[in-house]
Amino acid sequence: MNSYSIKTGPFLTCITTSIPSVIDSLSLLYPGMVTEYQEIFYDFHIKLSTPHALRRWIRPQVIFFFDGKLPFKPLPLTQAYPMFEWGLNWCISQHAHQYLIIHAAVVANYDKALLLPGQPGAGKSTLCAALVHRGWRLLSDELTLVSLSSGLITPLARPVCLKNESIDVIRQFAPDAVFGSIVHDTVKGSVTHVKAPDESIERVDQSALPTWIVFPSYQIDSDCVISDRKKGQTFMDLAKLSFNYNLLAFDGFNALNRLVVGCRCFDLRYSQLDEIIPALDCLVAK
Amino acid sequence: MVLTKNRVAQVLKNPYLIQSFSLQDWDLLIRQARQTALLVRIYRLLQEHDLCDTVPCRVMNHFVAADAYAKKLNASLDWDFRSIAKALAELSIPVVFLKGAAYRLASNRTALGRLFSDIDILVPFRELSAVENALKKHSWVVTHQNEYDQRYYREWMHELPPMIHLKRQTTLDVHHNILPKTCSKCPEPSRLFSNLVKVDQTSFWILSPEDRVLHSATHLFHESEFKYGLRDISDIDLLLSEFTDTDKFWTKLLRRADELNQQIPLFYALRYASKILDTPVPDHIWILLDKNIPWRIKSGMMDFLFIRALMPDHLSCDDRWTSLVRWLLFVRSHWLKMPLKLLLPHLIKKSYQRFKNRQAK
Repeated sequence: MNSYSIKTGPFLTCITTSIPSVIDSLSLLYPGMVTEYQEIFYDFHIKLSTPHALRRWIRPQVIFFFDGKLPFKPLPLTQAYPMFEWGLNWCISQHAHQYLIIHAAVVANYDKALLLPGQPGAGKSTLCAALVHRGWRLLSDELTLVSLSSGLITPLARPVCLKNESIDVIRQFAPDAVFGSIVHDTVKGSVTHVKAPDESIERVDQSALPTWIVFPSYQIDSDCVISDRKKGQTFMDLAKLSFNYNLLAFDGFNALNRLVVGCRCFDLRYSQLDEIIPALDCLVAK
Repeated sequence: MVLTKNRVAQVLKNPYLIQSFSLQDWDLLIRQARQTALLVRIYRLLQEHDLCDTVPCRVMNHFVAADAYAKKLNASLDWDFRSIAKALAELSIPVVFLKGAAYRLASNRTALGRLFSDIDILVPFRELSAVENALKKHSWVVTHQNEYDQRYYREWMHELPPMIHLKRQTTLDVHHNILPKTCSKCPEPSRLFSNLVKVDQTSFWILSPEDRVLHSATHLFHESEFKYGLRDISDIDLLLSEFTDTDKFWTKLLRRADELNQQIPLFYALRYASKILDTPVPDHIWILLDKNIPWRIKSGMMDFLFIRALMPDHLSCDDRWTSLVRWLLFVRSHWLKMPLKLLLPHLIKKSYQRFKNRQAK
């Protein structure tokens, strides 16, 4: 088994594995971020391995270890790479309480950040993948890290996770996007990961000022409609979508308050990605 | 020697050690400390010794994050204190807080960076159902609903089945003694109640300093899992170093150990606190205590077991004996809890239940 070092924004992760699909996906989706293991300080130690004996042959599985412990049940071996991505999300959301962590996609335009929060199915990842292939910089598709001290958003520039229909939608919308392999029958259906654009990876150490909060909601055949959103409601919704708002108590309240006060807040209803890009460009220009 | 791998113990003993830490040393310290719930205690020690400037920024993030979590648990504990006080106010009985909550109420040094997960209280046995009913009226509900588990707790154990606060999910253990009724070394509960200390400006009580040490020792050395064993040894170390200079503390401690039947756990606690964390124990105490301890307790075998089990539960601390040791101590804890004629049927019943549950899934 080999160990690798992966740098994603502020986090250095050590991953130990011999599973080919994981190693291949890492080198495809984290270009320049994967290096040999070094004797340094790691934020997280992850191991992905296959169980011994029979399980290797009959319905083979993958086990996720966080520093020797098992936070999850094993998954079928075909899901090894998605398990790494979800596991790393878990590591960050459970431990990185130096940030207010919000379950939202976040992209940036000239270091001004646009948050796309939303319940699963609202289309935030799809929208995020579309935007970053039309000039926006990818900060994160899943975890918005708001610094408690500066209020700025720290990028991760990790691959964007796409599910089911949105995989084909993005394939057509952005033919030059780099896709990992598609994994079927996961709890979220069919999933794949799309590499972050090179420019987003190069500028991963540049944090961004939260400027707009847009709650997307995908509705079949809908026109693209952007409407103002109340700040109070936005505050409450983001608190619910946060992983550690409660845990951070006053610090969490202050960070979220600063975020919402400093941003313009909108609802966005859409069905066609092509219509959104000019609409958001228009919003940014205002 | 096994102990040299224990980075956490080394730093607890001498925080200045971190001044010569490499990044890899930090890596191991944070990982071991996280698994044994001592991240925040180490952070507090570094703060006390003005050593935080030496901590690399990325390492510091982990201390700060763990500290946020600890602060949250602390605030929760205050809320639970109020909730329990309110629920039990009408009963006018002594409500005695044990372990973590007691350290906090007494402002013991042991509260330093300690994480409080569940709450333990002690009430007189005859008041048990009144207490249970009062708590139920205030949103605390009983877990372990199946009939056998209910009987197991109520007939044999020293506590009710754990209660959970409906909204907040805090766990509350309501004890009437510090060891199961079926345990041969179970103390007479009235002796615990005759030696209580009132907490200023509250309606709460806690055990006397000596009894607090003894309870901590008894709890640890009857434990079936030693996941936080090193944390518990550190608790005992901090309690002892806080009380050592109070008048006649050590004499009282030995006398209480005798009255409560807890000489063996006390012996273990002192032995391993001094072996692992260099806790100072006066020579004459060793001599007095030693007389009452059977040879098998003092044997190298127990050292072999406990030194391993009290290491952080982390890959870097395991050797080829670790899993066997943890299993043996698991068996030992059940052996101590109840006589074989109760234990065997219990284990068979529990295995059957587990089997049935798995089938149902």
